[in-house]
Amino acid sequence: MKIMNCPLNGPRNISEFTCFGPVHDAVDAQSASDAAWCHYLFYQENKAGIIREWWRHTPSNYYFIAERHTVTDEIIATYSASELSRIENKS
Amino acid sequence: MMLNEGSPHAMPLTLLKYGLKRDYVPHREIPATPDLRRRYDVVIIGGGGHGLAAAHYLSKYHGIRNVAVLEKGYLAGGNTARNTTTIRSNYITNQSIRFYKEAVSLYEDMSHELNFNVMFSQRGQLTLAHSEATLRSFHLRAEMGKHHGTRISVVDPRQVKEICPHLNMDEGGQHEILGGLWHEDGGTARHDAVAWGYAAQAARRGVEIHQRTEVLGFDISGDKVSAIRTSRGTVSVGHVIQAAGGANQHVAKLAGIDMPIRCFPLQAMVTQPLKPFLHTLVSSANLHTYLMQSSRGEIVIGGGSDPYQLISTRSTLDIKEQLAHGAVQLFPFLHNVKLLRQWAGITDMTPDYTPIMGASPLRNYWLDCGWGTWGFKATPVAGKYLADTVANERVADILLPFSLGRFETMALINEMGATAASH
Repeated sequence: MKIMNCPLNGPRNISEFTCFGPVHDAVDAQSASDAAWCHYLFYQENKAGIIREWWRHTPSNYYFIAERHTVTDEIIATYSASELSRIENKS
Repeated sequence: MMLNEGSPHAMPLTLLKYGLKRDYVPHREIPATPDLRRRYDVVIIGGGGHGLAAAHYLSKYHGIRNVAVLEKGYLAGGNTARNTTTIRSNYITNQSIRFYKEAVSLYEDMSHELNFNVMFSQRGQLTLAHSEATLRSFHLRAEMGKHHGTRISVVDPRQVKEICPHLNMDEGGQHEILGGLWHEDGGTARHDAVAWGYAAQAARRGVEIHQRTEVLGFDISGDKVSAIRTSRGTVSVGHVIQAAGGANQHVAKLAGIDMPIRCFPLQAMVTQPLKPFLHTLVSSANLHTYLMQSSRGEIVIGGGSDPYQLISTRSTLDIKEQLAHGAVQLFPFLHNVKLLRQWAGITDMTPDYTPIMGASPLRNYWLDCGWGTWGFKATPVAGKYLADTVANERVADILLPFSLGRFETMALINEMGATAASH
């Protein structure tokens, strides 16, 4: 069994979690062009390396961020979504 | 009656003597990898079923023989070797059914076409419904299929039992079988034979197959690829076909092309050989499991993709347990059967579960990507029309709906529900 560390519930079996795909910037619904919308909807991160994703601990319906390596399948870090904005503001 | 003169042992002895003869030259269907030439009219990236089929059609029907197939690993060792060899055309949209219907008919004739026994067995595919909602979607798929002239119908539980007597109908249980989608055109073929048949035919006509040759980058001038840099040297090129399976997104990126693709592992396994009992392909979307019996007697068990993306062919116990659970639910007497092998492939999934074929932003670079979980069944038809596209420098009509451009015009072809095991 693979263990994921939920920021809220601690280490749990990965079967309790659902992946919601890579974190990507939202488009501005008012001003975005058609091309920007299409890119937002259909083009997602697929690199061989560490990606940042949305995950949910399903029983508690808690959404958070995980950094995961897409080749080794290692979970590098998990943290609450509020930290995401802090990381992005820094970079 | 004796067919051969003399003793029954005469034939093997003759063979042995022949094999030990000093001037005996073993017959090689696939020549050893030669040195790269300076230039090819067409370079095909990916030596799997699709790339080799395209090479066959180019060399046999279009007279284009200065062709190189570049394969990073060994011949047909990627998803061609890792899929579960289901052939069917029971899709939902007009575009897909038309396309896969031709695929099925090309499989029917493939052993003759290639003079190579691909062991095509048109035994029919039965998809099971465990809910009213699934049954409704079956009616839609059946009517669409009939409209296009494929053999497909919705069957009731009594007919399901006739088609597949060993199924656990689970009456009153959680996974009661309420009906099925019976697709008589469905079947299976030997994946290695398909790839080797195409490779042997193409090689005979002068196509070069370069194994262990990795594409490292492209030289691009204007809106055309002028040369391909590989791990064994650089070649200049007239046209490029990209058919790189799980590596499609990566290779396209080398050419500066962004693809709406994400990679997910797809896992499968086979059991020890059993006496023949399963005469159709059986699948259940609710259980995320499908089964068929190979000609060796092994039960091949497959399912949906992994729940999160990964560019790796690792397997997980979770998914194997899930497959075993589905298999035992459908056929409880399999509970003591041992697993012989298990594996995974990397599927290149698109947002609408439909492949991307045809033109790219580069004028001489043609795409055969995004096959996800159903590349094998399309091998002949994709090869045929890609060859046609390159030879005429114009995308074949049947491929037009599958363009990369559909993601800019929202002209998606949603086949999410047409899979044997949902994702």
